[in-house]
Amino acid sequence: MSGVVETEVLVIGGGGAGCSTALHLALRGAKVVLLERGLVGSQASGANYGGVRQQGRHPAELPIAKRSHAIWQDLPRLLGTDCEFVATGHLKLARSAADEADLVAYLDVARDYQLPVRFLDRATLHRDYPWLGASVVAASFAPEDGSANPRLLSPALAQAARAAGAAIREQIQVTACRHENGRFVVEAGDAVFHADTLVNTAGFWGGQVAEWFGEPVPVRPHTPNMGVTEPIPYFIRPNIGVAGGGIYLRQIPRGNVIFGGGRGTGDPAVPFSRATPEATLAAMRKAVEIVPSLAGVSVIRSWSGIDGMMPDGIPVVGPSSTTPGLFHAFGFSGHGFQLGPAIGAILSELVLDGRTDVPLEPLSIRRFQTTP
Amino acid sequence: MRQEVALRLVRLVDQDRPEISFTFEDRAMTARQGDTLLTAILAGDGAFLRESEFGDGHRAGFCLMGACQDCRVVLEGSGRVRACTTLLQPGMRVRRA
Amino acid sequence: MRVAVVGAGPAGVRAVEQLVRAGLRPVWIDEAPDGGGRIYQRPPAGFHRTPKALYGWEGGRAAALHATLDALKPQVDWRPETLVWNIQPGLLDPGRLDTVRDGAVEQLGFDAAILCTGAMDRVIPIPGWTLPGVTAMGAAQIALKTQGCAIGRRVAFVGSGPLLWLVAYQYMKSGAGIAAVIDTTPWRTKLHALAGLRDGAATLAKGAWYVARLRAAGILVREGATPIAIEGEDGVTGLRWRDASGVEQRLDCDALALGWGVRPETQLADLAGVPMRFDAPSHLWVPQRDAAGRSAVPGLYLAGDGAGIGGADVAEMAGARAALALQEDAGMKADVELATRLDRRLHAQARFRAALDRAFPFPARLAATMPDATILCRCEAVRAGELRQAARADAATGAAPEVNRAKAFTRIGMGRCQGRICGAAASAVLADALGCDVTEVGRLRGQAPVKPLPMPMPIPAGTP
Repeated sequence: MSGVVETEVLVIGGGGAGCSTALHLALRGAKVVLLERGLVGSQASGANYGGVRQQGRHPAELPIAKRSHAIWQDLPRLLGTDCEFVATGHLKLARSAADEADLVAYLDVARDYQLPVRFLDRATLHRDYPWLGASVVAASFAPEDGSANPRLLSPALAQAARAAGAAIREQIQVTACRHENGRFVVEAGDAVFHADTLVNTAGFWGGQVAEWFGEPVPVRPHTPNMGVTEPIPYFIRPNIGVAGGGIYLRQIPRGNVIFGGGRGTGDPAVPFSRATPEATLAAMRKAVEIVPSLAGVSVIRSWSGIDGMMPDGIPVVGPSSTTPGLFHAFGFSGHGFQLGPAIGAILSELVLDGRTDVPLEPLSIRRFQTTP
Repeated sequence: MRQEVALRLVRLVDQDRPEISFTFEDRAMTARQGDTLLTAILAGDGAFLRESEFGDGHRAGFCLMGACQDCRVVLEGSGRVRACTTLLQPGMRVRRA
Repeated sequence: MRVAVVGAGPAGVRAVEQLVRAGLRPVWIDEAPDGGGRIYQRPPAGFHRTPKALYGWEGGRAAALHATLDALKPQVDWRPETLVWNIQPGLLDPGRLDTVRDGAVEQLGFDAAILCTGAMDRVIPIPGWTLPGVTAMGAAQIALKTQGCAIGRRVAFVGSGPLLWLVAYQYMKSGAGIAAVIDTTPWRTKLHALAGLRDGAATLAKGAWYVARLRAAGILVREGATPIAIEGEDGVTGLRWRDASGVEQRLDCDALALGWGVRPETQLADLAGVPMRFDAPSHLWVPQRDAAGRSAVPGLYLAGDGAGIGGADVAEMAGARAALALQEDAGMKADVELATRLDRRLHAQARFRAALDRAFPFPARLAATMPDATILCRCEAVRAGELRQAARADAATGAAPEVNRAKAFTRIGMGRCQGRICGAAASAVLADALGCDVTEVGRLRGQAPVKPLPMPMPIPAGTP
């Protein structure tokens, strides 16, 4: 379709953050158009591990994570599907005294943010989870956390946004953006879009959008390496993480064990991403260390997707520092799936009310600006 | 008394091979040298190889060429293997997956 | 130069033969213990039927291929019982194959590789097809060929294609009980497509010969018929079907073989980045290659049924031709005369293949119209109705416009077989539900590992 499209709000990027922004804006009556290069949820939002957790999140992210937690529980009403979200709890394991000390230290953070987290010593842990490997010495358990199906969330958010009146445009790539006479002009496909407000939820590619408006950030592509096993009888109920990282795994009630660890490979210019055999094999070895009974169970698929990674491992969320009417939410650094549903609510407040109760200052894009 | 189970595979030709003992679901069975696990179980009274994980009934293999992965069984010491491409060895202990 | 050949069927054997002749010592990898591919698969040790008994009219070809294979083994890096579970194409760096044998993984570099990954049965799910006793058509043949067994006491054969007649005839000759042969293609379709060609007439004559012998033995043979449902609780007890005049029929059977020709195993080519195209006559997605087997990926060659269905004889020629192309491209002295001869013969075969595709058309309607309750994806037990739901614009996730998105929503093709079995039927159902052409919904993309890859087993105590 060619010509000029006029709208109030234009959202660039149809991941979880963008689709939920379109939904919340449309629910409040704003005229909104979302542009997505591929299909919604094709990259990090659709290809991620599916962990929905607050435990271990950076204090700067916790207020958003808590708000998201409430929305996750409300998905059936909001979207007509729960996106297979189950609050199974999140069990974070320690394999050394140092890791154990880190878990203990986080208990204070959790208390400050009213996040329920319980410490489990070695004896309790192995009594309650007898299938854990001997190398695990302690854990902390967050009962509110869990997991969901990442392949469903963005499409369901987009569908609900459509139903609320948003225009979700897929297979259309943004090639240029500028701010002209107080309005945004965005070139995409054969069309030009004019909008009063622009929302940048373009994931890794959000860095390009920010650069168009004179605020470059050091965002790097991040390609988490994911795999899944054949279905086996359901026994791993909690979503499992490990202090220090390197491996995370969860089992869905259907029986498949989904695991991640290390980096895949990819090229954001195509875009293209794929798991690497090295990372998959390393993650398989680590998975068996954590849960020895996975030995002899086969991996049936591996994949990756492209996320944006910030140097400090937390996203950019909030108003632009250069351009009034521009709002960023990108560079989720592997945390976007859980945060996504709240991001839309928060951005819709920023756009329509000019303010939000959620503290965003630590996530401001200004933190990357070098003083001239 | 055990109920009579129909044998799924019917031995027709080339069957003058030495007998081999193995267990399936902890029950002693015999088959022939050169049998795959699939043949050993289904030409005996093993009836089926596995229960579908999703509640739609029994499965007993389909492609017999290592492509469909529908004949998975648990082989002690090896984990989950394809019955159609794993040759029976004496003393193997096999369970339904 | 490091050269790898994946597959030791007719294409792989003839490819390696030419590479060795040129002084190369390729790495040669095959999943089976003893090569031969599916068509010339050998029984394990201890079986002693002759090649004629095992492979019929092709006994001589099979014996010749096995002799070449066995003679080549010591001249190459022969790696049987080894799965190539991933491939990374060599673009700037050398390519790499990821292999696994008995749980042990290894990575092999290559400068050039010939993929001879073969084919497998093409099936259309029909109600009841997951019951014990139902197998693919090729599976029924493999049971007899490599294990000396029939898949039941009273077997129904359902589908279409040369294999249908052949397997039914082989069962009859081995003394197996046959319930019926239900061919979905009318005789006149086969006649029109094949009668005018020399090879076509031979195929027809063979088919007529098989059918005459089956009928003479009192076996029910019906053409232009349609399967409705396989009946049974814990195993097959019967088949409901519709005859050519549209009348519903029922027959008793305790086993049933299903098949509509074969489809290429394209996962490795797909992972390597070889572009695929939809071949309308065969109704198959096939990797793109030139007549000599070169793909668009430098250093990567394709031959045999894995590069598009041509049958065993074509595969032998294509394997040799791809090896010559590899030599030409590497600046080696290749046998130009042989290459020219092979090109001519391969070209001549293409007409016959096109006629076969017309003679045994893929019954896309049968797939597209399967009942909602039919299990379409047998790995994940996804029913046709769930896929149709995912095509609806008012679904909670919106309509899936293509088959990979439908996979994401419904888990169709997401199981252990990665959609090898249900992929073609899933595309037919989705395209029908969306009201678009089957090419528009695309094909299921391959993902590593191309077959299940086991998590490492603990090292047994006492191992040094």
